[in-house]
Amino acid sequence: MAVIKLERKPLTLAERSYLPQIVGGLKITLKHLFQPKITLQYPEERPAIPTGYRGAPTLVKDPHGREKCVSCQLCEFVCPPRAIRITPGEIPADSPNAHVEKAPQAFDIDMLRCIYCGLCQEVCPEEAIFLQNVYSTTGYTRDSLVNHKEDLYRMGGTLPDEHYKWDKKKEAAEQGGGHHG
Amino acid sequence: MNLFFQLPVIIQVLIKGIAVIAVMFPIAGACSMAERKISAWIQGRPGPNRAIPFWFAWVPILGPIMQKLGAFHLLADGLKFLFKEDLVPGHVNKKYFIAAPIIAMIPALSTVTFVPFGAYIDVGGQVVPLMLANVDVGLLAVFAVSSLGVYSVILAGWASNSKYSFLGGVRASAQLISYELSMTLAVVPVLLWINAPGTAGTMSLAKAVEFQSLPGFWGGAWFVFTMPISALIFIICLFAETNRQPFDMAESEADLVGGFHTEYGAFKWSLFFVAEYSHMLVGSAVFILLFFGGWNPLPWLPLSQFVSLIHVAQYPLVVGILSIGIFLTKVLFMIFVFMWVRWTVPRFRYDQVMKLGWQKLLPLAIINLLITIIAIAVIQR
Repeated sequence: MAVIKLERKPLTLAERSYLPQIVGGLKITLKHLFQPKITLQYPEERPAIPTGYRGAPTLVKDPHGREKCVSCQLCEFVCPPRAIRITPGEIPADSPNAHVEKAPQAFDIDMLRCIYCGLCQEVCPEEAIFLQNVYSTTGYTRDSLVNHKEDLYRMGGTLPDEHYKWDKKKEAAEQGGGHHG
Repeated sequence: MNLFFQLPVIIQVLIKGIAVIAVMFPIAGACSMAERKISAWIQGRPGPNRAIPFWFAWVPILGPIMQKLGAFHLLADGLKFLFKEDLVPGHVNKKYFIAAPIIAMIPALSTVTFVPFGAYIDVGGQVVPLMLANVDVGLLAVFAVSSLGVYSVILAGWASNSKYSFLGGVRASAQLISYELSMTLAVVPVLLWINAPGTAGTMSLAKAVEFQSLPGFWGGAWFVFTMPISALIFIICLFAETNRQPFDMAESEADLVGGFHTEYGAFKWSLFFVAEYSHMLVGSAVFILLFFGGWNPLPWLPLSQFVSLIHVAQYPLVVGILSIGIFLTKVLFMIFVFMWVRWTVPRFRYDQVMKLGWQKLLPLAIINLLITIIAIAVIQR
């Protein structure tokens, strides 16, 4: 590659006096003075959360209103800071969801421990736990920063379900009498 | 009004002085809020706009406007400085440490004595300047007293017993002394012009305004048109003298934490702050008086003509308030220019400051002086 030698021109008197440059700069700053302000007035205005944002972990229900978590406790085991504590429970026989294996009796996520890594969401075989758009976690006591089951479902809401795994299983059991029948 | 004139002279002077300080002190304080707002606007932010006392939030239109303008942040700031614990660090020289902010305030507030801030027209049709002391030393006194401000900077830097403060103090004092020369030389042409040979000599700033309100093309021209180089040198030196960007060597928070006031806090710090803004106010006022026609609303339109145009010449009070208003508007615009330049020009390096002061501005000021002397000699002969 050839070296191109550039002649460095000597500065003109106007350039050496800085003044035209300062005037140019003043014009730019004056323009900015009257431009609309871009600050987000936070508590009143909220930022738009992009899809795929990894906020606080939440529990979700399927479109039929069934809680998807079957308290397999995989997330509890995988959680690196051990923020999740699950107490598994039976589903009563008269419940419409009696065909589902289990349901959590209690599901606590300690937000003081959670590191928002998303491993719980990744590991969940039931697609029941999602890191969604909750970005502001505040409280006055340590207890208030533990999200209980009802908080988690309130934050999580309902997400579409493609599989309806447990309904299909039930259907299959009724028709064929076996899991793979 | 008559009651006022029956009072002993000393009480009259005291009242007038307190009145001027009572106007100046809040303006200097308000400048700090203006500084924050203008900084914010230039950077595309809205600036401080939150604080409001709950009972003021009930006032319909005024309340939100005041809140948006950050007026209560100013009050909150002031109150905070007043009620905060006034720390004196253990490693400082207590006596001088406490004296420094007080010494900073004295020249900052006393220079205003010699600065006229308006005028009214008396029964004889004569334009009488409004000022605390219409003495002939005028401008010289302003320079003499305001340069005393450097002592507070040195004293604060030295008494703080801290390297940052000390470096800040040394830098600031070197800078102030360097630029004082060019500044004084820059105004000499103006003084030569208004002191034609054979007339009574004066350095009164009111006289400078009088010479910018004469009839005719050359008489009505503000000195910024007739002596632009002087005006330029003066404004550059003014930036340096008031320690404003791009010359804020004294603070230069990037390399010196806070410069000479690193160790200061609470009310003592705010005194330095108000002193700085008072210097800016008085400096801008002197600049306006010398080069931008003082209380004359427009070039070639002196106050006396302006008031007869709008038919208020016979009311001295109206003329007085009008002239103060015009003058104050110009001064506040200058303050805006200070803040505007602050966010435009980056800070000079220390050696650049010295080089600019001694190798560029001083020769330029001397050449300017010589050329104007010759020009004045030719014109006034």
